[in-house]
Amino acid sequence: MNKEILLQYKKYRTGNRRFILLILLLLLLLCFIALLTGAHRIGSGEMIQLLRGEGMEINRQIAFNLRLPRILAATLTGTLLSLAGVIMQIVLRNPLASPYTLGISNAAAFGAAFSIVFLSANTNVLHSSHWLSSIAPYATTASAFIGSLIGLAIILSIIKLKQASVETIILSGIIINALFGAGIAVVQYLADNAQLASIVFWNFGDLGRSDWHKLLFLAAVTLPALIYFYLKRWDYKALSAGDDYAHSIGVAPQRTRITGMVITALCTAAAVSFFGVIAFVGLVVPHIVRKFTGANEEFLIIGSAVFGGMFLLLCDTVARTVIAPVILPVGILTSFIGVPLFLFLLIRKKTV
Amino acid sequence: MNLQVNNISFSYKNGFPALKNISFHTQAGDMLAIVGQNGSGKSTLLKCLNRILKIKTGSIRLGETPLHSLSPEQLARIIAYIPQTEEYITDLSVFDTVLLGRKPHIRYTPTPQDLETVSRLLTRLELETIAMRPLSTLSGGQRQRVFIARALAQQPQILLLDEPIANLDINHQMKVLKLLQQLADEGMNILLTIHDINMAARFCNNVLMLKQGELFAAGRQSAYTPENIQNLYDIQVDIIRHNDHICIIPQ
Repeated sequence: MNKEILLQYKKYRTGNRRFILLILLLLLLLCFIALLTGAHRIGSGEMIQLLRGEGMEINRQIAFNLRLPRILAATLTGTLLSLAGVIMQIVLRNPLASPYTLGISNAAAFGAAFSIVFLSANTNVLHSSHWLSSIAPYATTASAFIGSLIGLAIILSIIKLKQASVETIILSGIIINALFGAGIAVVQYLADNAQLASIVFWNFGDLGRSDWHKLLFLAAVTLPALIYFYLKRWDYKALSAGDDYAHSIGVAPQRTRITGMVITALCTAAAVSFFGVIAFVGLVVPHIVRKFTGANEEFLIIGSAVFGGMFLLLCDTVARTVIAPVILPVGILTSFIGVPLFLFLLIRKKTV
Repeated sequence: MNLQVNNISFSYKNGFPALKNISFHTQAGDMLAIVGQNGSGKSTLLKCLNRILKIKTGSIRLGETPLHSLSPEQLARIIAYIPQTEEYITDLSVFDTVLLGRKPHIRYTPTPQDLETVSRLLTRLELETIAMRPLSTLSGGQRQRVFIARALAQQPQILLLDEPIANLDINHQMKVLKLLQQLADEGMNILLTIHDINMAARFCNNVLMLKQGELFAAGRQSAYTPENIQNLYDIQVDIIRHNDHICIIPQ
């Protein structure tokens, strides 16, 4: 009987490892397909030639300078948002937690709106002689990032001030969201039509804004965060079993929680500042992955990261093609694809 | 392993003194019941022994080692703690829950030995048929056995349990206490808080009576006098002694 349990459990672990490998392969396959798809069709034979360094220059430009940055942006952002989502759900012990629970999204949106209206960034009406024109492409991003850091700073000072419980942290997030929401309303009220359009557009969540500089920065926050959370997966597993218990097996619960929150908040701030608010990914991906791996943080964290990358790439590829040549902002599509997928899994589990 | 507690005190942040000058000691094979009214400091005492709460004054020694000199992992390999909780019951499987107890021994990923330890414990605690079931689908008695298995996976020498039989029927209460007694016989040093004073008298060889954070009485069976119990709980009781056992009946 003893051997039988061991066998059963080892089978479960192998199954989970295979699942993660499978979604990793699917992600790679999807990357390849995404390189081919778009308004300008590139055949798979042609693509293989391009990968070997042959083929037409125009195709090379389209594949590697237009599509590849976007594909990488989708993968990295999806990975980052899902990672942030799963960690927030674990540390706040709340299945409704997402990367935006701490109010980062509105704080960043306020920063962006502020720069659009008061620093005249992003409106395309600058003369080239204007001193802002050289930094304009990054002014909105920088301002959004600063906005989210201010939001995070407020949350951390509340925690510091009052040894905050999980509930207080969640409530603080709601307050931050409301505060910056009001700020956005004020800025929008003061904006002219062009600025208003810019603010709304910024908010959509669009991966078309990616370039190699942003990608580099994004990779520089995503990869260390991924490695950190992977190495600390047992600490997060302990945290799920309760603070006192975590303490009793040598894990400092509050430190683990706050470190996790700060890292995910910084990751989220980077993603939101670059590409706007891409909703739903961080909330729903961990739940989808949980259906496959079970509630085991050992596999859940890394599984969510990989699945998130795949999920957002899928959404973005659909967004690029569904009404081509018009490209939809991916933020609009994530819910349209995520909701039915999530509902399907929810219903299917009930009937089993 | 010996546990030596000298004159410890603890106050919560709001200034409420939860423990005042507590001293006692236990050794391998002991099973110590900590009894007292709600709010008398029983759970606080367990948390201080486990360093979840930091004591203000006094000292705690494990064998010859002061408690504060141990790293969190070292401490977790000596003392295991089973909180009183119906919260945090997740969908984690029984096997994974018990495996979590190996955390103080796991460096990066569980070794085959870790998995074997867990499966041995599951067999010992008769949990093998539910090894892959989610914790949330188990009964109270099964959960308590899972938590004991999880604590034993730490391979501790001291076991702390906060109200281990609080939500169990009498059948499962007996099962849990007999199991603990067996562990004590094997050399484990067990401390538990408990409300059922009859069960405490029946199964534990030592008792610690706490009243408003102070050590009110301590000792073996002889500590269960009508005066002590009446004072401890502010009720009137009769005590019947039968063979080696005592029975406490509220009037």
